[in-house]
Amino acid sequence: MNTNLSRRWFVKSLAAVAVMVSFPGTVFARATGAFNAGKTHKVVDVLFGDLPIEESAEITFKLPDIAENGAVVPATVATEIEGVTQIAIVIDENPNPLSAVFDIGEMSLADVSTRIKIGKSSVARAYVKTSDKVFMTSREVKVTIGGCGG
Amino acid sequence: MNVKPVKIRGRLKGVIANIKCLMPHPMETGTRRDDAGEFIPAHYIETVTCLHNDREVMIAHWGASVSKDPYFSFKIKEANAGDSIKVSWIDNLGETSSGDIVLK
Repeated sequence: MNTNLSRRWFVKSLAAVAVMVSFPGTVFARATGAFNAGKTHKVVDVLFGDLPIEESAEITFKLPDIAENGAVVPATVATEIEGVTQIAIVIDENPNPLSAVFDIGEMSLADVSTRIKIGKSSVARAYVKTSDKVFMTSREVKVTIGGCGG
Repeated sequence: MNVKPVKIRGRLKGVIANIKCLMPHPMETGTRRDDAGEFIPAHYIETVTCLHNDREVMIAHWGASVSKDPYFSFKIKEANAGDSIKVSWIDNLGETSSGDIVLK
């Protein structure tokens, strides 16, 4: 068990180093484990560790209530909260819930948009990370397969 | 694969630059099957790096659940006409592509 754990740790650190080497000058490393995690709580563990998570109404999370085509669902996360370093989009029911993580540099606003795949109706969550706290908001998305409006 | 460049549009609103990008890419999850019933191997963009005057302003890490031909938009706090914007990506197979524009 012990050797197993340390081996896993070793492989993970190797992966992290590889990312850093391929992007010299960056302090941001890809949280590979978070993308492989099968459940939202594991994603959150890997991404945010022990940071407290608080629900917040100060995050604008735009996502359609009903997505007729789950393959292309527009998503926007924006917030006025100060000192945001990271934004993450998590879809509970997807096989790998973590869709995207955005490292927000000092010179960019906490305002990003993209399009994601949602396999079936699910709770969608937007996380906003600051140095000492993580803010979260969630909403439900209904996915109607075949686009019949459900 | 025929790698296509990143298409970028940038618009200045005061000092804030709104950057929109389109990146042609299959974004295969690895769970879809082809006509012969074989799994289509996962192939997706993992990391997108955005530079403003050669300075890193934003990095996006993606999983396979970002849609095919990804769209991505973000905003830069202080930008001026004549500034350069470069967006590049690398996928899980090590392929890369990029695009750049000069803000007007």
